Amino acid sequence: MNSLTLYLLISAVLFSFGLIGVMMRRSLIAILVSIELMLNAASLNFMAFNKFLSPDTSIGQIYTLFIMGIAAAEAAIALSIFLALFRQLRSINIERARELRG
Amino acid sequence: MSGSILSQGFLPQVAFIIVVGLTFCGAIIAVFHRNILYNVLGLALALAGVAALYVFLGSLFIGLMQLLIYVGAICIAMVFAIMLSRPVHLPKPKRKISKIATGVFAGLLILGVNIGVIYKTAWQPAAERKIDWSVKTIGDFLLTKYVLVFEVISLVLLVAMLGAIIISRFNGRVSS
Repeated sequence: MNSLTLYLLISAVLFSFGLIGVMMRRSLIAILVSIELMLNAASLNFMAFNKFLSPDTSIGQIYTLFIMGIAAAEAAIALSIFLALFRQLRSINIERARELRG
Repeated sequence: MSGSILSQGFLPQVAFIIVVGLTFCGAIIAVFHRNILYNVLGLALALAGVAALYVFLGSLFIGLMQLLIYVGAICIAMVFAIMLSRPVHLPKPKRKISKIATGVFAGLLILGVNIGVIYKTAWQPAAERKIDWSVKTIGDFLLTKYVLVFEVISLVLLVAMLGAIIISRFNGRVSS
């Protein structure tokens, strides 16, 4: 259980779940949920490399903290955009949001 | 917090398997369930599982931060957004089979590529490694070497919060 490969496999499976969600779901909030899963898979990769390979074990933790900060900012701005979109369209289905379609 | 204590013996292995199973269950609920509220709760379960994995990887601090920021803040914000938007009891449109097929195909493709890369690469640890899990070192790095990134991230967070307030306050009065 204490191997780099195991953690990388877990992270790859999580990333694939996130990708399936992004491509399959139609609710915008569900897509945001899937994106958070993918971000977490990336963070898990950082932490695994940090534990098993990196020259200094503080750096991976710092990068994971930065990813969390970016994810918080992204979630806040995305949720407010969803609310604005809901007021405009009365729906958060991504297939209804076609006004900007080129 | 050292990881080597947690990685030996029978009981930690069972705990590890349970944690990984919970993480995957949460991810499956988060992706495949029809009810959006269950999606967010499944995401919370998966994120808590990842936090436990961080503890297994030796960093209690990052695990607690994950619980605090993701489970405590982001998931709750999503629940608020669900409450403010479409009611969950309305009938939902059926899923298109082509969309499901495309998604699953892309996911399996990426998974295969990732597994191939993981097994083909010869991972080599760095020549000399500093094993230091203390929070003090993280703080030192954040205020010396990575201080610019730290400040830029705080600025990004500030701008994002202001933007979120402004975007969600203008309601239809502004013509497009």
